[in-house]
Amino acid sequence: MRDRATKSSRYYRLRRRAFRGILYLLASGLAAVFLLPLLWALSASFKPLIEVYQFPPSFLPWPPHWENYSEALAKLPFFRFMGNTMVITLASTVGQLCSASLAGYAFARLNWRGRDFWFVCMLATMMLPGQVLLIPHYLIFKNLGWVNTYKPLIVPAWLGGGAFSIFLFRQFFKGVPAELIDAARMDGAGELRIYGHIVLPLAKAVLITVGVLSFMGNWKEFMMPLIYLSDYQQYPISLGLRMYQQVEGGAFVHYLMAASMVALLPLLLLFFFSQRYITRSLLLTGSKG
Amino acid sequence: MKSLIRSRRGRETLNGYLFAAPWLIGFVGLTLGPMLVSLALGFLHWDGISMDTIAWVGGGNYIRAFADPDLGLALWNTAYYSFISVPLGLGIALGLALLLNQPLRGIAIFRTIFYMPAVVGGVATIMMWIWVFNPDYGLLNSLLLEICRILAWCGWERALQWELPRWIFSDTWSKPSLILMSTWETGASMLIFLAALQNVPEALYEAADLDGAGRWRKFLHVTIPQISPALFFNLVMGVIGSFQVFSQAFLMTDGGPNKSTLFYVLYLYNKAFADFEIGYASALAWILFVIILFFSALVFRSGKLWVYYEGEDR
Repeated sequence: MRDRATKSSRYYRLRRRAFRGILYLLASGLAAVFLLPLLWALSASFKPLIEVYQFPPSFLPWPPHWENYSEALAKLPFFRFMGNTMVITLASTVGQLCSASLAGYAFARLNWRGRDFWFVCMLATMMLPGQVLLIPHYLIFKNLGWVNTYKPLIVPAWLGGGAFSIFLFRQFFKGVPAELIDAARMDGAGELRIYGHIVLPLAKAVLITVGVLSFMGNWKEFMMPLIYLSDYQQYPISLGLRMYQQVEGGAFVHYLMAASMVALLPLLLLFFFSQRYITRSLLLTGSKG
Repeated sequence: MKSLIRSRRGRETLNGYLFAAPWLIGFVGLTLGPMLVSLALGFLHWDGISMDTIAWVGGGNYIRAFADPDLGLALWNTAYYSFISVPLGLGIALGLALLLNQPLRGIAIFRTIFYMPAVVGGVATIMMWIWVFNPDYGLLNSLLLEICRILAWCGWERALQWELPRWIFSDTWSKPSLILMSTWETGASMLIFLAALQNVPEALYEAADLDGAGRWRKFLHVTIPQISPALFFNLVMGVIGSFQVFSQAFLMTDGGPNKSTLFYVLYLYNKAFADFEIGYASALAWILFVIILFFSALVFRSGKLWVYYEGEDR
C-alpha cells in the first residue's frame, strides 16, 4: 500500500516536472518570436549596404559596421530631433501628471456636488475617438496662432491629462487609509497640503506608472506633430524617422534601422527600469475593478 | 451643527471644483466645445481657409458619405482589420496571460518581453516592421523560404515552387500584414488578463477539483466567467482602438496598394488635411463616432449576458 503511494507520487512529480519543462520551452519560444523583429532590425543596422540587400540574409553581420551609426546620425539633424522630442515630451508629461493627479484626488477624496456626474463625463471621454476633435482643435489652435509651435502638443496635456491617467490616480487614492486624511483634516491641514504632503508621497508607484506611460505616449506621438509642425528644424523624432525613410527613396535601410534603434533606446531603457512599477500598479487597478 | 455640515459640504464642493479645474477647463474647452463645433462643421462646406467659401449644405455631407465608394472601401478595410485583429489579439493575450500565470521561476522576464512591444514602439518599430515585411530581403520571407527548403528536403518538392507573399506590397496580404503586426503589440490586454487571473479565488478551483472537473472544464466554467469583466474591458478598448488605426497605414503603405489599406481615419485625414474638405471630414468624424458608439453599445448589451460581476444577483 505504502509502496504504491510513493510510486504514484513519484509519477506525479515526474509529470509535473515534464509539464513545467514544456511550459518553459513554450515561453522561451514565444519570447524568441517577440524579440526576433527587434534583433532583425538591430542586425540590419550593423550591415554594410550590399549585405543588407543580400539573399539569403546573414543574421550576424561580421565585422559589425559601427560607422553606420555615426553616418546615419550625421545624415540628418538626428540629435536636434531627439532634443525637440525631449522638450515636448517632458513638458506634456509634467502637465499630465499635475492635472491628472489633481483631478484624481478630487474624484477619489473630495465629496463635492456634481462629482458623480463629472466622473461619468470623464469616463465617457474614453469612448470618444480623437478624430472628432481633430479638426476643431486645428481651427482653434490656428486662430490662436499656435500652428508651427509646440503649444498644441503641450497645452492640452496640462488640461486633464487623459481619462485613463485620472482613473489610475483615482483608483490609487481611493486606497489611501481614510484615517490618515481625516487626522490631517482634524489638524486643520488644507486639502492642497493633504494632497501634496500625505497622498502624493504615498503614490510613488502610480506617479511612475502614469509618468512613464505618458512619457512613452508623447514620445511616440506621430499624428499631432504631423498636423501642427511643418519646419523640419522643429520635428520630433517620430517625424524625423519619416525623413530618414524618405531620403533617397528609402534605399538606405541600414541608416534607417540605425536611427530607429537609437530612437528606441531611451524608451527601452525607461521601460526596463520602470516595468516593475508599471506592471505592479496596473495589476493593482485591475483587481479593484 | 447643521450649518457646520452645510459649510463643510460647501467648502468641499469648492475644493472639488478647484482640484478638478484643469480637467474641467479641458473638458469644456477642448472636448465639449469642439464636439459642438465639429457637429456644426459637418453641415457646412468649407475649405478651412477663407471665410467666404463657407456654405450651408445641411445633410449634404452625410448624403455624400452614403454614396462615396472610397468611404465604403475604407469602412470595409477597417472592419476587416478590426474584426480579425481584435479577437486574434485577445486570444493571444489570454494565451500569454495563462502562460504567465503558471508558478514558474523567472516568469517576470517573460512578462517583460511580452509586454515590451505594447509600450515602446511608435514610428521606430513601424520602420522595423517595414524591413521585416520586405518581400525580397525581409525576415518573414527569409524564414518562410527556409521552411519551404526544409519541406522540400523532407521530400515535398513542390514546396520550393510556392510563391511567397509580397506582404505590404500586395493587395491581398497588406491587411493581414498589419494584423500580424498588431498582434505583436497586444501586451496591455495581456496584463489586464493577468491581473484578472491572479484574482480568481483559489477556493473556486478547489471546489471544482472536488467535483472532479478537469483542466479544460475548470477553464471553461471557473476561469472564463471569473475573468469576463477583463475580457469585456479589453474587447471594448480593442474595438475602439482598432477603428482608429492610422500611423501604420500612413507610414507603411500610405493606404495602398490599390487602396487595400485605406483605413477610415487615414481617409478622414486625407480629406481634412490634403483635400481641405473640412465639412466633409467633420461629418466623417461623426460617422466614425456613431459607428464606435454602436459597437460599444453592442458589446455592452451583450455583456449583460456573459459578463459576470462579483456579488451580482443572477
